[in-house]
Amino acid sequence: MLLRATHFDQDSAPFELKGSLFTLTVLHLFQLDRSAIERHLAEKVKQAPGFFKNTPVVIDLEGLVELQGAREGAVAFPLDFNGLYELLRQHGMAPVGIRNGSPEVQKAASQAGLPVLPESRVVSAGKKPPERSEPPTRNRVINHPVRSGQQIYVTGGDLIILGTVSPGAEVLADGNVHVYGSLRGRALAGVKGDVQAWIFCQSLEAELISIAGCYLISEQLDSTERGKPVQIHLAGDRPVIEPLLR
Amino acid sequence: MATIIVVTSGKGGVGKTTTSASFATGLAQRGHRTAVIDFDVGLRNLDLIMGCERRVVYDFVNVINGEATLNQALIRDKRVENLHILPASQTRDKEALTQEGVERVLNELRESFEYIVCDSPAGIEKGALMALYFADEALVVTNPEVSSVRDSDRILGILASRSRRSEHGDPPVKEHLVLARYAPDRADRGDMLSVEDVLEILGIPLLGVIPESQAVLQSSNSGVPVILESGSEAGAAYSDLVDRFLGKSLPHRFITPQKKGFLKRLFGGG
Repeated sequence: MLLRATHFDQDSAPFELKGSLFTLTVLHLFQLDRSAIERHLAEKVKQAPGFFKNTPVVIDLEGLVELQGAREGAVAFPLDFNGLYELLRQHGMAPVGIRNGSPEVQKAASQAGLPVLPESRVVSAGKKPPERSEPPTRNRVINHPVRSGQQIYVTGGDLIILGTVSPGAEVLADGNVHVYGSLRGRALAGVKGDVQAWIFCQSLEAELISIAGCYLISEQLDSTERGKPVQIHLAGDRPVIEPLLR
Repeated sequence: MATIIVVTSGKGGVGKTTTSASFATGLAQRGHRTAVIDFDVGLRNLDLIMGCERRVVYDFVNVINGEATLNQALIRDKRVENLHILPASQTRDKEALTQEGVERVLNELRESFEYIVCDSPAGIEKGALMALYFADEALVVTNPEVSSVRDSDRILGILASRSRRSEHGDPPVKEHLVLARYAPDRADRGDMLSVEDVLEILGIPLLGVIPESQAVLQSSNSGVPVILESGSEAGAAYSDLVDRFLGKSLPHRFITPQKKGFLKRLFGGG
């Protein structure tokens, strides 16, 4: 996009206007609690000092309008753009304009010297504050023996095996691993680092057991635990093997 | 409807071909039209064990490639009626076994045979995968030693995950354990895994225990399936195995050490 607005004078023009595209950081504002904004800003800046130094930002008010509208109807609400501007400047950001928002809000922004930028072309469907819901756990039940060479991995949940895990087989889960037969292969629980994960089995004959990357190999297993029903969990960075309570 | 049975093991040298030859012969002896196919392309052995190596003209790969008809390649057994052998090619490799080709040959065999026995090569590569892919039932041949048992465990996993039955969501391949080269006295001494040890690890039904026997080597070298050596323990064990496969309930023989007689003990014979 090259937009040339030139005056064809004989003299060289003192300036030239050109269109250009910029990548700008957009700050989606969800609520107007000044102290909350300040706290989160400080946190963000702390995470990446230097990143926000003189970073031009556009303040998007779409989420704010929705929230406000839902609570008390679409009414004008006090929005101190000067204060907001100062706050962002203090943390190194340079507000260059606003986007979205009710006409009243846009008017207030203009008065504070912040231009209103056109709405984003991509209609952001429901840009609400990110909800802090846990992803649903997905457990898996295996009702056949796990043979040598087979590998079963459950992401985001527990692995429950109703049969035997043969030598040379590998069973892995982000959560706990339950084996209701003999565990003769490798069992790895808490694969993504969950130190709270446990391993349970009816007969411990494993080649390797691991919780959150802390492992014991067959050689390190105590002979008193071998062939017994056990539960295994982590104490510090060491797997602890206990008799399974009946 | 014909039943396709794969004889497989993972490990080599455990007795797959010996078992294939005797099992197929036993089925045919009992009046069932049986074909036995050698899937070990490049390392052809079944023809030797069956004693038909001098009559091989065309082979399995020729049929797959359309260079010969099935009837031209099938070798009729001279000793037992109802028994046909489809030999492997010795000059090709396993890549010659295409899934479409194998399926076409098996479908054609289905029309005229009751049982199709597939003698698998060792390993878990193309040849072994093709041999087991279309199977309805499997004879898993294992020796009483840990490496053989582990390899059988591996092949059981492949049967459960990579056969056509598993891919199509049909009822799983029916698994049978054949414990070959078993020496009861050595198992008793703890030199070998016992029948119970193997069953505990593999967890599939036991179809037969074949005792370690000189007769197996002798009959292999003379090209006679050991099941035809009815005086031998191994031959009798294979006979029982076939009967059990066909639904008879027979106790397992040759799994406990034989008691030595008084004189034998005295003079240390045996």
